[in-house]
Amino acid sequence: MVAARQPEPAAAAGAAEAMLPRRFRVLANRQENEDTFTLELEGVDEPGPFGFEPGQFNMLYAFGAGEVPISISGDPAAPGPLVHTVRAVGAATRAICAARPGEVLGVRGPYGSSWPVAGGSLDALVVAGGVGLAPLRPALYSLLARGPEGGRLMLLYGGRSPDQLLFGAELERWRQREDIDLQVTVDAAGPGWTGAVGVVPALVDRVEIDPARTVALVCGPEVMIGFTVAALAERGLPPGAIHVSMERNMKCAVGRCGHCQLGPEFVCRDGAVFPYERVRRLFGLREV
Amino acid sequence: MKTIADLLPEIPLFEGLAAEHLELLAGCGHNVVAEPGEYLFREGRTANDFFALRHGAVGIEISVPAREPIVVQTLHPGDVAGWSWIFPAQPWSFSGRAVERTRAISFDGACLRGKCEEDHELGYELMRRVAIVMAERLRFTRMQLLDVYGRGAAA
Repeated sequence: MVAARQPEPAAAAGAAEAMLPRRFRVLANRQENEDTFTLELEGVDEPGPFGFEPGQFNMLYAFGAGEVPISISGDPAAPGPLVHTVRAVGAATRAICAARPGEVLGVRGPYGSSWPVAGGSLDALVVAGGVGLAPLRPALYSLLARGPEGGRLMLLYGGRSPDQLLFGAELERWRQREDIDLQVTVDAAGPGWTGAVGVVPALVDRVEIDPARTVALVCGPEVMIGFTVAALAERGLPPGAIHVSMERNMKCAVGRCGHCQLGPEFVCRDGAVFPYERVRRLFGLREV
Repeated sequence: MKTIADLLPEIPLFEGLAAEHLELLAGCGHNVVAEPGEYLFREGRTANDFFALRHGAVGIEISVPAREPIVVQTLHPGDVAGWSWIFPAQPWSFSGRAVERTRAISFDGACLRGKCEEDHELGYELMRRVAIVMAERLRFTRMQLLDVYGRGAAA
């Protein structure tokens, strides 16, 4: 009989540390649309800037309700508070969205991979659907900060209806800028909406793409990602130039529990941002 | 001044068509301008026309009783509107209203049908191209039907 191997004390301590949330106080909570809120948080025990890469996420813990993975939606270069945009869809996210200024949430992170925004002069085509704009916003801040030597920046954003679009004031500011080509569309609208109506993959045909020098960042519901990737492929963009966010079943965030394991990939540890080439086989699969 | 035949190659639907076919199609078309809010075509009326947009934007609307019409798609320069003309005496299924000042080429549906009957090569090529547009619209309509951003949908 072989005795079960006991974890090394240091490793066990590291695992426990990884699961321990830090306390963050809510500084502000702004409603974006009927069910989505942007929270600004500040560390209670370690105030100061929260370092992260665009595309990374934290585990947010509403004490007594539960813990969920939420992408960071703020500016990675800004010294201000930690910013998360959360859609209230379950018990934990509803509790997080209901948190008022002064209340305390638990935060673990940052975790996961990041968007490839350090590509210098490459053109960047950012395609966002619904609340998928939130995980892409840090990448947009970084891309906008590239300056004149950076390549072209295009943002295609689709939502369900005009009142469901996120970051309305910021979209308006970006629309005024010359260094970003912003196109917004909604699935349906009343006659008062003068913007585009239609699905966001249809916008791919309306931008100039040089396949040899473009990188695409895509985030949204997986159905929308699938249609968008197909539209990008029709425009000649190789799979290696496309990066997608795949946020499935994340639970522990550190690759231990296996909930988010998709074959050889752990979404929390190896993603949530993946080169499309690496996960293309998973699109359309209900389960592995 | 550009003729209709000069303008047609700027519309993706007609790209690469033989010059003689472009001339035939041009004979069925004329330029139209719609001011913002003006309808190019109305739901329920007989679909005698087919439009190719050159400038501006057109909202495709469907009427809903006791509510404002719902815009289900916006068409932009290079897009085409309408395939009901393929069959005689069909009504428009939707309305098309200019969102901004819009310039388009309007084709007479009966004239187009006649040309397609006379020249089956042109007829096949035009139908094939319109079928591609219809297939793409259907694909995207299915995505809209999925309501991927709706409550309960993951993002």
